Amino acid sequence: MSRDSAQARAEDVARAAYGKLIAMLASRSGDIIAAEDALADAFLAALRTWPERGIPDKPEAWLLTVARNRRTDQARRDARLVITDEANDMADAQGTEPEETQIDERLKLLFVCAHPAIDAGIRTPLMLQTVLGLEAEQIAKAFLLKPTTMAQRLVRAKKKIKSAGIPFVMPEREAYPDRMDAVLEAVYGAYAVDWLEGDGDLSHEAYFLSSILAELAPDNPEALGLTALIGFIEARRDARVDQGVLVPVPEQDTAFWDARLIERSVSILTQASLRRTPKRMPARFQLEAAIQAVHAARSVTGKTDWRALSQLYHGLMHAYPSIGAAVGRAAVVAEDAGPSEGLKMLQLIAYDGLESYQPFHAVRAQCLAELGRVAEAAEAYARAVSLCTDQPSRRWLETKIANLRKKMS
Amino acid sequence: MRYTFLLYSDPAMSADMTPEDWVESKRVFGDYIAALQEAGVFIDTDWLHPADTATTITLAGGEKRVQDGPFAETKETLGGFFAIEVKDLDEALKWAERCPVVHYGKVEIRASAMDSV
Repeated sequence: MSRDSAQARAEDVARAAYGKLIAMLASRSGDIIAAEDALADAFLAALRTWPERGIPDKPEAWLLTVARNRRTDQARRDARLVITDEANDMADAQGTEPEETQIDERLKLLFVCAHPAIDAGIRTPLMLQTVLGLEAEQIAKAFLLKPTTMAQRLVRAKKKIKSAGIPFVMPEREAYPDRMDAVLEAVYGAYAVDWLEGDGDLSHEAYFLSSILAELAPDNPEALGLTALIGFIEARRDARVDQGVLVPVPEQDTAFWDARLIERSVSILTQASLRRTPKRMPARFQLEAAIQAVHAARSVTGKTDWRALSQLYHGLMHAYPSIGAAVGRAAVVAEDAGPSEGLKMLQLIAYDGLESYQPFHAVRAQCLAELGRVAEAAEAYARAVSLCTDQPSRRWLETKIANLRKKMS
Repeated sequence: MRYTFLLYSDPAMSADMTPEDWVESKRVFGDYIAALQEAGVFIDTDWLHPADTATTITLAGGEKRVQDGPFAETKETLGGFFAIEVKDLDEALKWAERCPVVHYGKVEIRASAMDSV
């Protein structure tokens, strides 16, 4: 087996099993930093031995055992840092942990990160790193922080968990609501990051985790809302890109949508609305799920209900205002009430970083193009392309520019 | 794990306490200590004279310096402590929440570092 394919396999396992392994390694000692170090050593050992001896039957269990041994060695050697060069005795290592405990361990770790004794601002980043294996740099980007600042805060939080003695246990039921928001946000964050840049592994994990959370707290409408939201988006996976070019949701071929997953998500969202306190506005994830439900309804009705979308985005801007929701609202208003209304909405947006927010320019370009202001539209599309970080979106924007050129000539 | 609760409050709050208030306060703290003892988690406690009676000493600058008063002037000052032995921070938090000081001041929970080195 080649070094490259062993490396690729080790990286696959690393992505898929990272949180599980960290949770299991840190659960007794509470020492997440030591767990990360031990796991990093185990990955190095895998890269050394797998190309020669082949990939073990249970790669996750192999990594866990090697990491545990490394950590014990480390403890024995006290402060002296000697890393053994051989993984002989570990080649046949097999784990004994059943799947069930692994799931529990990972949930425990999620709730540890959401403990009220941890600074609220670092809870979600901490979960993204320790449970879902995101790099500090990726997280810093998503939270608009300098990577060094983010890394320092993460280390501080991990040290606090160990030294303050925060237990690795599932909190009592009464504590769920307090901690659930941060947990849900982290799960959605992981899903969103992977949706744009990843290969889908993390998305599956996120959907799986959100389903477990919804089972765990069936009375929490937001846990149900998030599961429905991810379900709706996940159902469109096969339709979102065509020959490397992004396909916007209203233009997607509904034949490629997963009808069963949509049905399931609709029923989960209905359950959420039944759990909600009467007369209270639905919160963020339920609103975002409802928006996706309106899109999904096109597979039955054949058209997109822009008026309903516009109302839902209006609600979302009240419940959970964000730059994304503001631009999304302008986009649906443009469809519902016309491009000049859409432009007006865009002009009212007052968020820092709007100038460098790609969807803002893309929506603006679309409105301008429909109004026949072709030169301005081309300029806005060009700006959007320059800010675009993923290939499918970039290609989609480029086809838009090409269409404009045809119009101009 | 061993946890210490550092009890902070504004001494001005106790300035106008009546003798009856003091009796009541002693009873409330007595009940709390009894509950800690009954649960088998109690290690130690003390109630301190006000911070303005403190004497601070240091040799850190190379010479001995003795100062009348606390190390730092703050509105809320350290007025006492509890040391308890419990499993983890969640248990410590539950006991801290029952500490009478939380109703008028703050309880800072600190884990002992003796076990971890």
